[in-house]
Amino acid sequence: MTTTTQEQKSDAAVSPPAAVGHPRRSFKRWARETGWRHIIGVIMSIFAAFPLLYVFSASLNPGGTLVTANSLFSSFNFGSYVDLFNRPQQPYAAWFGNTLLIGGISSLGTVFLGALAAYAFSRMRFIGRRVGLLTLLLVQMFPQLLAVVAIFLLLSGISEIFPAIGLNSQIGLIMVYLGGALGVNTYLMYGFFNTVPSSIDEAAKIDGAGHARIFFTIILRLVAPILAVVGLLSFVGTTSEFVIASIVLIDPDKQTLAVGLYQFVSQEFSRNWSIFAAGAVLAAIPVMTLFLFLQKYIVGGLTAGSVK
Amino acid sequence: MTTTPETDPGPIRQSARAKRATRIADAAAGGWKIVAIKILGLGVVDAIAIYALFVLVRSESWLVAGLVVAVTLLVNWIYFSRGKLPAKYLAPGLIFLAIFQIFVLLYSGYIAFTNYGTGHNSTKADAVNSLLLSSQNRVADSPNYRLTVLEQLGEISFLVTEPDGSVSIGGEERPLKEVNNAQLEGDVAVGLAGYTSLGFQDILGRQSAIAAISVPLTDDPNDGMLRTPDGSSAFLYTSSLDYDEAAGTMRDKNSGITYSDIGTGAFTSDNGQELLPGWKIEVGLDNFVRAFTEESIRGPLISVTVWTFAFAFLSVFTTFALGLFLAIVFNDKRMKSRKYYRIIMILPYAFPGFLSALVWAGMMNQEFGFINTVLLGGAEVPWLTNEWLAKGSVLFVNLWLGFPYMFLVTTGALQAIPEELTEAATVDGAKPWAIFRFVKLPLLLVSVAPLLISSFAFNFNNFNLIYMLTNGGPRDVSAGVNVGATDILISMVYKVAFVGANRDYGLASAFAIIIFILVAGIAIISFRRTKSLEELN
Repeated sequence: MTTTTQEQKSDAAVSPPAAVGHPRRSFKRWARETGWRHIIGVIMSIFAAFPLLYVFSASLNPGGTLVTANSLFSSFNFGSYVDLFNRPQQPYAAWFGNTLLIGGISSLGTVFLGALAAYAFSRMRFIGRRVGLLTLLLVQMFPQLLAVVAIFLLLSGISEIFPAIGLNSQIGLIMVYLGGALGVNTYLMYGFFNTVPSSIDEAAKIDGAGHARIFFTIILRLVAPILAVVGLLSFVGTTSEFVIASIVLIDPDKQTLAVGLYQFVSQEFSRNWSIFAAGAVLAAIPVMTLFLFLQKYIVGGLTAGSVK
Repeated sequence: MTTTPETDPGPIRQSARAKRATRIADAAAGGWKIVAIKILGLGVVDAIAIYALFVLVRSESWLVAGLVVAVTLLVNWIYFSRGKLPAKYLAPGLIFLAIFQIFVLLYSGYIAFTNYGTGHNSTKADAVNSLLLSSQNRVADSPNYRLTVLEQLGEISFLVTEPDGSVSIGGEERPLKEVNNAQLEGDVAVGLAGYTSLGFQDILGRQSAIAAISVPLTDDPNDGMLRTPDGSSAFLYTSSLDYDEAAGTMRDKNSGITYSDIGTGAFTSDNGQELLPGWKIEVGLDNFVRAFTEESIRGPLISVTVWTFAFAFLSVFTTFALGLFLAIVFNDKRMKSRKYYRIIMILPYAFPGFLSALVWAGMMNQEFGFINTVLLGGAEVPWLTNEWLAKGSVLFVNLWLGFPYMFLVTTGALQAIPEELTEAATVDGAKPWAIFRFVKLPLLLVSVAPLLISSFAFNFNNFNLIYMLTNGGPRDVSAGVNVGATDILISMVYKVAFVGANRDYGLASAFAIIIFILVAGIAIISFRRTKSLEELN
């Protein structure tokens, strides 16, 4: 078996990859080889992009309802975007700021706490390491949303003593999110930390660097790609988190986009459709930009996680 | 991305001398900046802890105060002692984990054994108090008590001149006490040393707060309370309920019915009528027994569980099948502009999930939605309101949401399968389908199996999609709890606990515990199968 594969390899190295470098192919051949792939590609692109085009077109239809949204791109007007910011009952700007703030702080905290733990699990050997890793995996089986009742009651108990971190407090919500910082994230990072050779640490140690300096100035830089992936995934996760945010944040001024926009649509579903659409388009921009910007890392991180 | 081979430091067995040398080297290497940051950080933590202690001791929460002391001491000990390196790196994450994952998990377990919920929120003393307060009526021939509203340190007190001329002071939950050093104006007391008398403007500004205060006349709540409608005169209010503390019973003076504490967490009359609010009690396995035996709950619980499994399984299957199909279609080097297709097809994954569900809910609207009005030319297909169509719609929208992820990971995994294998099989005479079926797919499944499991777990709890697309509906009207045809377990927990007038935290927590047992069971079995734990060794 091994010999065959080796033969194949040398074979492949000699001859150029098949079918590349045939500039003039007959249409029939083109259709058979790649034409049908393009047909599927076009169909799937429409399927994937249509709802997004629909919501964008709806947002440009001022004062539009669900019905008027059906005539795609019949008007171009940014009135809904202006309206969005002039509704005292639905403080969209505040929701937007809150979402960025809560998502940003939570994801930074998650990355930091996760990286600390992954470093310890990857580089140190201590009593309870294996049990610790297994416990993390087990605790993760019980997602935080399932404990939403307990979280609500815990925070309502806290708010009688420390209103600053109890119910209706964004700091409290961030702390709840940080409770899930270890777990899956630590696993992703742990795998990546293991790929950084520990000879680098040892070399630095010989040069006189302490553990803190090694961690902060050397290791964190080497594992930057996985930090970006975990940070992004946790940012996306917290910005669209609804369950816990909806029970913790009570004042409209303190809510996030997920909670605010949901209540906005569920109250007056079809009437304010274009304003909702405008809100949705704006809300999607930061996440989608980040996502497309960091796409390479994400794909790498996901596949690294899978093929590892 | 670094592609250096995986290296495991392996078990490090250091001699005592080597350990000492490491410690000395570490101490010498830690720059003054790091030490300064460490001291600053610990200073902040300790300052917060001391502040917390003051507040906790003042509110007499001894248990929590003890925990705060213990954790603070532990943190200081970890960071000030030499060594303990793993603990230094693990402590911050573990503290959050302990409070907001492990503690709440155990707390859920506890709540599942109580009757916590609407009408059962608090202690028995609170319930008695609020019952007596809520049933107050003004005594018809109440004398007029002349009143001055006083304030001290933000707390309101009533300075009352009783009809017989004696002067007393009291406040919320502080019965009237006679004073004899009040400043008089005519025969009415208007001030007291140490207190500020509120003027007319102040009273106007805080009228609703002042009107809500009721001051007990004596230590016995049955003697009645003083309340003021205007801030200048008070009247006697008595409760239509009569609380007998020794017997633990409530008697309704008007109807003469006696309600007694029979251990169900509320005062109950002989014919089973309850006075609400009641209070929280431990009910043992009651919630679990209800979940499994009460037909109006057991039926929905079973159908929701079945649907949750079907939904999670079908979601993984459909998205994986479509994603894999597309990965194979586009994994052909001859095809041009693959990059652009890929970017467009990733868009649903990049669009925030809760928004997609809401947008689709609009497009699938029965009367005005795009699909019915434009694509189907005015048909009124009940996409989200018919039981089976709603289930199909949920799966369809989830396919839209989920196929890009599967497309990405299967593309990655396909490219990681060495090209030589395909060529070898071709040489051996295998057809493309056979190559895929017997060579590529098994290899692919090995590498993506952990992702399929985590995708299953994600969809098992895919709250946002269900709640925002169909809100769990169409509602099952025969059920004893608020559930519908597309509700999955997690959305059922949320609705039982937080939606509607009747909240049942105890039952919701019992459901959560049942789900946990299910999920943990499945996870253990599947992880054994994939043996993904091997790498932990």
